[in-house]
Amino acid sequence: MLYLHIPFCKQACHYCDFHFSTSLRQKGALVDALIREMELRNDYLSERVLSSVYFGGGTPSLLDEMELAAIFKAIEQHFQLEPQAEITLEANPDDLSIEKLKSLRDSPVNRLSIGIQSFAEVDLRSMNRAHQAHEARACIENALKMGFDDFSIDLIYGSPSTSDAQWLENLRIAFDYPLPHLSAYCLTVEPRTALAHQVKTGQALPVDENQATRQFNTLMVEAEKAGFEHYEISNFAQPGRYARHNTNYWRGKPYLGLGPSAHSFDGHSRQWNLANNARYIQLLENTQAEKLPASGLYEIEKLSPAQRYNEQVMTSLRTQWGLDWKLIEPQFQAHFLQSAQEFLASKHLVQEGQTYRLSREGRFLADHIAAELFYLG
Amino acid sequence: MKNIRNFCVIAHIDHGKSTLSDRLLEHTKTIDKRNMVDQTLDNMDLERERGITIKSHAIQMLYNHSDGQRYTFNMIDTPGHVDFSYEVSRSIAACEGALLLVDATQGIQAQTISNLYLAIEHDLEIIPVLNKVDMESAMIDEVADQVIDLIGCKREDILLASGKTGIGIDDIMTAIVNRIPAPKGDPEAPLQALIFDSVFNSFRGVIAYFRVLNGRLKKGDKVKFFHTANEYEADEVGILQLNLIPQQQLEAGNVGYIITGIKESKEIKVGDTITTYANPCPEAIKGFEDVKPMVFAGIFPIDNDDFEDLRDSLEKLQLNDASLVFEPETSVALGFGFRCGFLGMLHLEIIQERLSREFNMEVITTVPNVSYYATNTQSERFMVRTPVDLPDPNYLRTVEEPYIRAQIITKPDYIGSIMTLCMEKRGILTRQSYLTTTRVELTFEMPLGEIVFDFYDRLKSISRGYASFDYQMIDYRASDLVKLDIKLNGDNVDALCALVHRTKAEAFGRRICQRLKELLPRQQFVIAIQAAIGAKIIARETISAMRKDVTAKCYGGDISRKRKLLEKQKEGKKKMRQIGSVEVPQKAFLEVLKLNE
Ligand SMILES: Nc1nc2c(ncn2[C@@H]2O[C@H](COP(=O)(O)OP(=O)(O)O)[C@@H](O)[C@H]2O)c(=O)[nH]1
Ligand code: SF4
Ligand SMILES: [Mg+2]
Repeated sequence: MLYLHIPFCKQACHYCDFHFSTSLRQKGALVDALIREMELRNDYLSERVLSSVYFGGGTPSLLDEMELAAIFKAIEQHFQLEPQAEITLEANPDDLSIEKLKSLRDSPVNRLSIGIQSFAEVDLRSMNRAHQAHEARACIENALKMGFDDFSIDLIYGSPSTSDAQWLENLRIAFDYPLPHLSAYCLTVEPRTALAHQVKTGQALPVDENQATRQFNTLMVEAEKAGFEHYEISNFAQPGRYARHNTNYWRGKPYLGLGPSAHSFDGHSRQWNLANNARYIQLLENTQAEKLPASGLYEIEKLSPAQRYNEQVMTSLRTQWGLDWKLIEPQFQAHFLQSAQEFLASKHLVQEGQTYRLSREGRFLADHIAAELFYLG
Repeated sequence: MKNIRNFCVIAHIDHGKSTLSDRLLEHTKTIDKRNMVDQTLDNMDLERERGITIKSHAIQMLYNHSDGQRYTFNMIDTPGHVDFSYEVSRSIAACEGALLLVDATQGIQAQTISNLYLAIEHDLEIIPVLNKVDMESAMIDEVADQVIDLIGCKREDILLASGKTGIGIDDIMTAIVNRIPAPKGDPEAPLQALIFDSVFNSFRGVIAYFRVLNGRLKKGDKVKFFHTANEYEADEVGILQLNLIPQQQLEAGNVGYIITGIKESKEIKVGDTITTYANPCPEAIKGFEDVKPMVFAGIFPIDNDDFEDLRDSLEKLQLNDASLVFEPETSVALGFGFRCGFLGMLHLEIIQERLSREFNMEVITTVPNVSYYATNTQSERFMVRTPVDLPDPNYLRTVEEPYIRAQIITKPDYIGSIMTLCMEKRGILTRQSYLTTTRVELTFEMPLGEIVFDFYDRLKSISRGYASFDYQMIDYRASDLVKLDIKLNGDNVDALCALVHRTKAEAFGRRICQRLKELLPRQQFVIAIQAAIGAKIIARETISAMRKDVTAKCYGGDISRKRKLLEKQKEGKKKMRQIGSVEVPQKAFLEVLKLNE
């Protein structure tokens, strides 16, 4: 699995705490650096065969044809793509012109993840999104017209600007399209974002948890009616149309992340690149392969057995496949059984053979339950 | 003896006692200017930070007067807070004179007045000094009027000084020589020396400070302490300058220290009389009291594993603070800890601070309460130090609580709001007198229990800081007190149990319930918070079941951060105390009592 972080956006959405820059000046240099990082770190994964590639951001749809081509050329040089590899690119509606879609279709990209967030103008303005409501619909229609039948859209609920009626409307609009996949996120107020500042100074309302709960509920009801599987807390798919790349994160598969702020995981340790475009470019221009570990490009955290267990619980319980007890390290199996009792009794967890899953009620409390099952050394 | 002058300084906090003392030390060359740290006499960090004297200090200075003679000045720095008024009274009893130091920009404060009356009672010669006259805001005439009203002196008796610039220091020296009488006493009589304080030194043991009234104390003497009836050998006697200076002997009239190898402050009682074994004095010096703690609170380690460490720390503190008492206590909510007795609220705060600073102990302190007398239906009367110990209402005949006489000095503008506050606190106004047209003294009788929390801060805020407060214990009086229980889903939280007056129980209970509602995290079930008197519920709040934490996204870049966040959440939970089915964070116990925030 390969993740590529494209750290540029046209404008900053108020809620966003991803790493990106709104100055596109260094885009070319950054693509060069990204390719250079690929050269230096392609041995990170024990396998060079990739089952998926994911362009995330930031806004990868800001990459032009040449830049994208250069990246794919490098990928072909350093890795081998599986024949059916899933190659996803995150795109914003305002970038998805017919021409852009045409050029993407002719590239190896075979899946789009479109940042719609809402079909209502009030929401888009309050979130400071770069696109307008009509573009939200138009880009889906154009993508379908251009033959992208594999795509996902993102929607956000829980925003004070989103009434219950509007949320229902957003879902209806989405489900009127032949949509294979939906990611729906509850708005969260992250520290050091414009939204956090607005909430603090009273210019924006905080997220109302009752509203968020109601809308999450509506989401589950409507998605089910539309034939979706709720296969992960914030992800819904038509049968079999799961996001394969993301699903592997929850299965604890290793991945290599390139670009500023990108995370990598080799099964034993996690590491993350520095989140600064200029420093990233500079480091990769001047650092030799053997000097890389000490260069400050990334920080590494080695996971203890308990931390690995905690991550396993946290990620696998989010999915409809749940947690397979046999896959837990023997030293934590008893701890798990013991701490799970309470939630089995309260019917937040259901057990089927050796597999534990969150019940519908349990999904509302996924984080809390995961924390309770954690093992603290 | 005729060249000795023993005096203390009576001053309100911040009126410049420490600064002025420093000038006197400099002037008499007792310490070199180069070695001068500001406010040399305040030893403990805590004292420096808060600008209050907690322990007494004594220091000897030699002064060459213009009359060609050399004088020995013993200056005794007294504690500056009501909690320590007994110690103040003993220091005063060791002196013949007092400098009454008043900040000319502020005027006289209640604290000063009660100490001043103590000094006058002991026939001390009072030398009034208006300090900080270098400041533009000094109100010399007005404050001089206050002083004249208070002690009936002449205007020309009042000295003007500035500890900061040195104005008037010479006048003060001269007045000490000329106006304070030399000590009287018979060096040939049997030894009679008054202990006015003691300090603990980890190398030397307990060092007692004393004033010789009669006779002489020689190194190597076998001595006897009157009230404790303990006998010791005087390993070392001497005078106090910045360091201890050993002497062969100390004679009537002088002030010094004695080291006997005593290891615990408990063995030495302030106010006790030292005499010799060979030739004891016939009677003790009057005024001895065994000071009893007035305020009690449970102190529990945040981490139950630290119980033994807490015991150690309290024992060490007790070594140099004999007024601290403690005994083990168990609480369902808080585990193992200690019920501690304090002289007052400041004393409690000081102990808490010292536990944290000197011993790194983080503790939870329960609602402070005073000591009560309960009489049961069998007519047995006994002391109750913790509300939990109060007998069931069915077996309880009466409860008595300690009353104080409180003096508050303020500006006339604030009389109304202060009266309202004191009446809310069940105070009865017994006197109102104008010290000057702009300063009024209000005297109340009120229950001590009402000032142990939520009083000082409110007094300060309603008077914008223009109120000074002092009190003395008067007696125990029967009151209609009830035991208020706080329950979580039906289980009593013993740490929050309180004795309150019946008329106030409901309001108090409601506030605690509301506060707990803010402080307790939601759980998977509904939590009922109740305040009850016996079986009767008088206030109630509910916390709805846990919020649905509609879970945020979790991709490759989120896993690490999210795991840490949840680990931290779980770590926090580990620190919670289980009360019945309800988990209560430690913080809640600490915060719940800050009712006025
Ligand atoms: N202007 C002026 N300030 C003074 C004088 N004496 C003390 N101060 C200041 O008043 C404050 C309190 O003084 P301090 O000696 O600590 O008072 P204490 O609490 O009575 O010991 C300090 O900030 C001193 O610097 C003085 O004579 N003139
Ligand atoms: S476009 Fe995406 S990455 Fe960029 S600011 Fe908006 S939400 Fe963040
Ligand atoms: Mg001082």
